Amino acid sequence: MEYIIIIIFIVFVNNIVFAQFLGICPLLGVSTRISTATGMAGAVLFVMTLATIVTWLAQRYILDPFHIGFLQTITFILVIAALVQMVEIILKKASPALYQALGIYLPLITTNCTVLAVAIQTITRDLSLLPAVVFAISNALGFGLALLLFAGIREHLALVQVPKGMQGVPIALVIAGILSMAFMGFANLVSW
Amino acid sequence: MNQWKNFTKGFIKESPTLVLLLGMCPTLGVSTSAMNGLGMGLATTFVLIMSNLCISAIKNVTPDKVRIPVFIVVIAAFVTIVDLFMAGYAPALHKQLGIFIPLIVVNCIVLGRAEAFASKNTILSSIIDGAGMGLGFTLSLTTLGCIRELLGNGSLFGFKFIPGDAILIFILQPGAFLTLGFLIALVNRLKKTT
Repeated sequence: MEYIIIIIFIVFVNNIVFAQFLGICPLLGVSTRISTATGMAGAVLFVMTLATIVTWLAQRYILDPFHIGFLQTITFILVIAALVQMVEIILKKASPALYQALGIYLPLITTNCTVLAVAIQTITRDLSLLPAVVFAISNALGFGLALLLFAGIREHLALVQVPKGMQGVPIALVIAGILSMAFMGFANLVSW
Repeated sequence: MNQWKNFTKGFIKESPTLVLLLGMCPTLGVSTSAMNGLGMGLATTFVLIMSNLCISAIKNVTPDKVRIPVFIVVIAAFVTIVDLFMAGYAPALHKQLGIFIPLIVVNCIVLGRAEAFASKNTILSSIIDGAGMGLGFTLSLTTLGCIRELLGNGSLFGFKFIPGDAILIFILQPGAFLTLGFLIALVNRLKKTT
């Protein structure tokens, strides 16, 4: 039951994009078509789950016992960067099909702030491993939902006549604003 | 003259947020008030100047293949310094900015300037570039913060001078997206006429 509450809270009430303003760059960058948005969402789901597990282990078994918590930022970003590289190499060898689908999005994820933010939030929220994994997965799902909604709207936007100054990013941001207003309707649905 | 141009290019012409569209997450996330925008901007400016300095100093001894990880470590070190400094001397601001301080590491502006400028130029022009870009980022963050605070709360830097209720939506999340969208449209318009 607790896990269901986490999932609903993270995906809808506290959506990582529309409520926490994380991952805006990929949202604006790769959301022009639904197919690329799906690829990106899959890659984020994969990396975020793995990264949260690894950084959680690093925090619990390396940083905490040696009392070097102040190195958290450096450690986490290095772990994530190395992990993304490793995933890329392994995928290339082990599953070329999956690599074809996710490959080009993987390098972009290192600078996607959602992964680092989720890793840090699991520590500040003091979650144990299983809830941490659920937390990461639901954050990735929330990101994917936002990305897909946004891509769907932007595909239709190509057919609309927009005033010249508003074309491109400005109108995309206005749409994001309206979407985020919609997500505000979920506020206080559940609390966690 | 040339260095002056190098310094001022970040303000409008190559403004990191409004023209290059980098670093959108902190821009949207912390611009709820002018003060938060200013604090976040100055923290990023410090990281930019120091990381540009270090990276241009070590550019000749860094092997090309591992340069990105090296840059990230340098940046992360300075972000940690800012994080600890703020926690010690400005705990209220530190709490307000929250997760966005460690996230300066993945702010595309910092890594972008390291890769595009500091790894190719001299130490002095890298410092000037970092300062200019950082202040340009601060300028757009503070502008956004001012607009949102004024419309959403009727105050500026915490001083309330419009009594009664304001348009609350501008303080909330949708207001961030809407204000930034219109601000970028305005800058696009200004760039075309000049």
